[in-house]
This record gives sequence, structure tokens and C-alpha cells, in this order.
Amino acid sequence: MNHNLVAFNTIVRKEVTRFLRIWTQTLLPPVITQSLYFLIFGAFIGSQINDINGVSYMAFIIPGLVMMGVINSAYMNVVSSFYSSKFMKNYEEFMVSPASNEVIIFGYVIGGVLRGLMVGVLVFMVSFVFIRPEISNPGIILLFIILTALVFALGGLINGIFAKNWDDISIFPTFVLTPLTYLGGVFYSIKDLPGVWQTVSKFNPILYMVDGFRYGFYGFSDIPVYYSLLMLIGFTAILFGINIYLLKKGTGLKS
Amino acid sequence: MNQNAINISGLKKIYKGGTVALKEVNLTIQNGDFFALLGANGAGKTTIIGILTGIVLKTEGNVEIFGIDIEKDHNAAKKMIGVVPQEFNFNFFEKVEDIVIQQAGYFGIKRKEARAKAEPILKILELWDKKDTVAMKLSGGMKRRLMIARALIHEPKLLILDEPTAGVDVELRHGMWDYLKKLNQQGVTILLTTHYIEEAEALCNNVAIIKEGEIVKSAPIKTLTKSLEEHTYVVELNEGASGLTLENFHVTQVDETTIEVIIKKSQSINALIKALDAAKVTVSELSPKGNKLEHLFLNLVNK
Repeated sequence: MNHNLVAFNTIVRKEVTRFLRIWTQTLLPPVITQSLYFLIFGAFIGSQINDINGVSYMAFIIPGLVMMGVINSAYMNVVSSFYSSKFMKNYEEFMVSPASNEVIIFGYVIGGVLRGLMVGVLVFMVSFVFIRPEISNPGIILLFIILTALVFALGGLINGIFAKNWDDISIFPTFVLTPLTYLGGVFYSIKDLPGVWQTVSKFNPILYMVDGFRYGFYGFSDIPVYYSLLMLIGFTAILFGINIYLLKKGTGLKS
Repeated sequence: MNQNAINISGLKKIYKGGTVALKEVNLTIQNGDFFALLGANGAGKTTIIGILTGIVLKTEGNVEIFGIDIEKDHNAAKKMIGVVPQEFNFNFFEKVEDIVIQQAGYFGIKRKEARAKAEPILKILELWDKKDTVAMKLSGGMKRRLMIARALIHEPKLLILDEPTAGVDVELRHGMWDYLKKLNQQGVTILLTTHYIEEAEALCNNVAIIKEGEIVKSAPIKTLTKSLEEHTYVVELNEGASGLTLENFHVTQVDETTIEVIIKKSQSINALIKALDAAKVTVSELSPKGNKLEHLFLNLVNK
């Protein structure tokens, strides 16, 4: 087996072991939070809201709530794991090794993607308690969930690279990620918004992820699905490029 | 292999903010050597190690590890280096064996093979019965040995130890010395930085003394100690001898029955004994003060 592949497997294994070991902090909280959303917004309030594009409000919000769990989990896994390795200085273990920058990035990012997917599946399974959502295009569902997890895991790594203290790892999720997720079409269709807000919403990258993901379930979207897919591929490429640049330069890691 | 383990030329390091850590370092360490890098705190020892291992970026200069220029292919050079840093730098929540096996993985060693390699290393370093213990529960000495085990798992040709016995008790320190000597005899080149001059004298063949980012002396330890211009001896007397003077020797009274005498390179201990006889004092004990390398080190760094 190629040396870099062994190093990659090592990082992924370490990451998965870590989030499984502390599953009460990594897997359980998003499942509970999303279940409350299902209950309050879907069951209690949703029953009084009209169908959107022919699907019930509960069914409409499921893809967005799954995606919300995926986004937060993929991002938080990488940023907290990478920063804690800086805090304990054990990032030096791979820095002194011949593992390439690409291996380090992919190792951490795939760890985040796997946690994101695991949370996504768990949240989706919880939704069965309330409704059995349709699945019209599983390929699109898989593509969007994996690419979204990848984008946010890459974003989490950038945050982890720059973070200098524990506060730095929660600033972006609290002040940027959460508002963008709430305003990213999880709870509503942007077609129901006034014209100017529809335009503003299109600057929110999470909209494309949620909208494309929902297309995989119900076959309708506010934005053409190929356009959303291109956006996601673009984000992935840009964030990967930034990570490579930062690691090569040694930002936050080498003095 | 005849090539040098480390070749450093014109190495400079200026940290962000302008701190000059290395002014210009030139250093050669031969393959198979046991080499000590001595220097006061902040002299630049850890910066050199950081540059060799890829934690610190050099500002200028050339560094080669077994002939490989780190600028051209640092990853190839890193394969040959094992490093034991000054501060504990493992995940405190991970188990001993996992830490070592993980490190092997970063070096491309498969898990099964790594597990087989880890067992004898952990046994030699008396950590085998702690293999399933999380690192935070280890004692200070065990944590140090864990870092040595981790550094050796990929069988490096060059082992770099930054203050490896700091805070380690005397018995354990001597045990670690024996182990390091064995490794060196097996062909591993060892670069050691230490505060304990005694440690360098006991283990190393060659030494470099670094002061304010520059190598001020680099030579075999034996040559260095021979080059000392004078040695101080402590003389214990049977009875009090206040105000004692000895012809041709500088005498310092330490207490009622103890004096220190400086013997110049041109003088001999025989001459001192004759002078003591002439002064009609009885000597109960005669011993060199401190160790010679320490004397030299202090001379150089205090210049």
C-alpha cells in the first residue's frame, strides 16, 4: 500500500475513533436538536401551514434539517479536532512525518464528512417517526450531501488552521454559519419571499445546498439543480485550494 | 554510508516580529555520531531542531539530512528523522499504544506491522504494561519514554532529542542514557540538546556550543576538555588552615578546612602536592571541581 494511503487511513481512523468515543457530544446533540425542530416546526406549527409545491410542510423541511445537521457536524468535527491537536501540540506528530499536505487535508476532511453523513442518516431516520419522505433521485441526494459535507469540512479546517484559542472555533459557526443556515431555505421556499430578499438569498451558499438536496427528494427546486451542483463543486475546489496554500505556507502551524 | 547525517550552512532564522533566533549557523554532524548541542535557554537549539523537523521555517541557508536538501524534498528527509521534543506533544486522551501506532501510520507503516514493531520498543522502554493506559495517566518519566518510543517506531537513522531527560529522576536518566548508547552503537546518529553538561560528557563524542544564534565552538569533547587553560581542584584538609597560601598557586578559602586551588595547564598535580607538603598541611581529599565541559561551557557563554 502506498505510504500516503496508509497515512490517510491513519488520520481518518483517528478522527472516526475520536467522534465515536465522544458520541454523546458529537452524534447525539444534533439528533436531539433536529428532532425538536421536527416536533415544533413540523408537527405543531407545520400542521397549520399550507403545502409547498404539493408536499406537506413537515416533508418540506426534512431535507433542510438533515442538511443543517450535516453542515454543523462536518464543520465542527474538523475545526474542533484540528484545533485541539494544535492546543495539545500533537499536530507536530504529522508535521514531522513525510505525510503530504494533501493527505493531512483529506484525512481530516473525510473524518468530518463521515461524521456529517452519520448525523445526516440519524436525523433522516428520526424523521420517519413523523413522516415517510419521498426519494425521487437518490443519486442527487448522495451527491449533494457528500459535497456539502466536504465543503463545510474544508471550511472547518481553514477555521482550525487560523484559530488561536477555543473562542476562535465558535465565532464563525455562531455568527456566520448558523444565520446562513437558518436563512438558507431550510424552513421556506425563497419563491415565497419578496423580490429583493429572493436576490439577497442567492448570495447565501447554503441555499444551493439545501435546494439541490431537496430536489433529490421531491423533484422540485427554486434554483436549477445543475447550477447548484456547479456552485458546490466550485466551493469545494476553492476551499481545497485555500487549505493547500495555508498548509504549504505553514500558516498557524509553522513558526 | 560516508555522507554526513546533517549539514547546515549559513542557516538564519528571524521570527515574525523581528526576533533573530539564528544569526548564521554552520554545523556538520557525521553519520553515526552522538552529538551534543549545548546552549543556554533561548540560544537557538530548539529553533535548529524545529527547522530540521519541519516545524520551523528557515529564513536563509541550506540544510541537508543525509544528503537530502530539505528545501527540495523535506518529506524524504523526514523519513529518516525521529524527534523527541522538549515539551509533551501527544494527545493526552489517547492510549500509549495508539499514539505509537498512529505515528507509524503517518510514516506509511501499516497497522499490523506497526503493532509488531511497537511491542519490543514499548517493552524495552518499560511501557508495555501501560499500552492501554491513556497518556494523561502516565508519570512524567513514562511520558518522556513514550515520546522516545514514538520517535523510534519508524526506525529513524537520525534521532533528535531536545532536552530528553529534563525533569527525569537520576535512576531513570541513567537508564535512558544506556538505551541511547545502545541505539548509537546500532548505527543511529543522535543529536542531543541538553542542559546537563554531565549528560553530554557521558554520552557524546562531539559537541557544539551555541550562543545567541551562533555556534561558538564545535569539536570533539575530548579536544575541548583538553583545551582548558586551567582546572580548579577542591582540597579537603585534616585541620583548619585559615590564610593558607601556596607558592605558584592561586588559593581560595571555601571554609575552615576546604580550599580551592587553580592549576594552570603548564602546572601539574605533583607540583600542587609538593606545595601542600611544603605548607605542612595534611590533605584528606583532592578532587576536580565540577566537570571540565561545564567549565568550558560557562567560559564560552559568559564571554
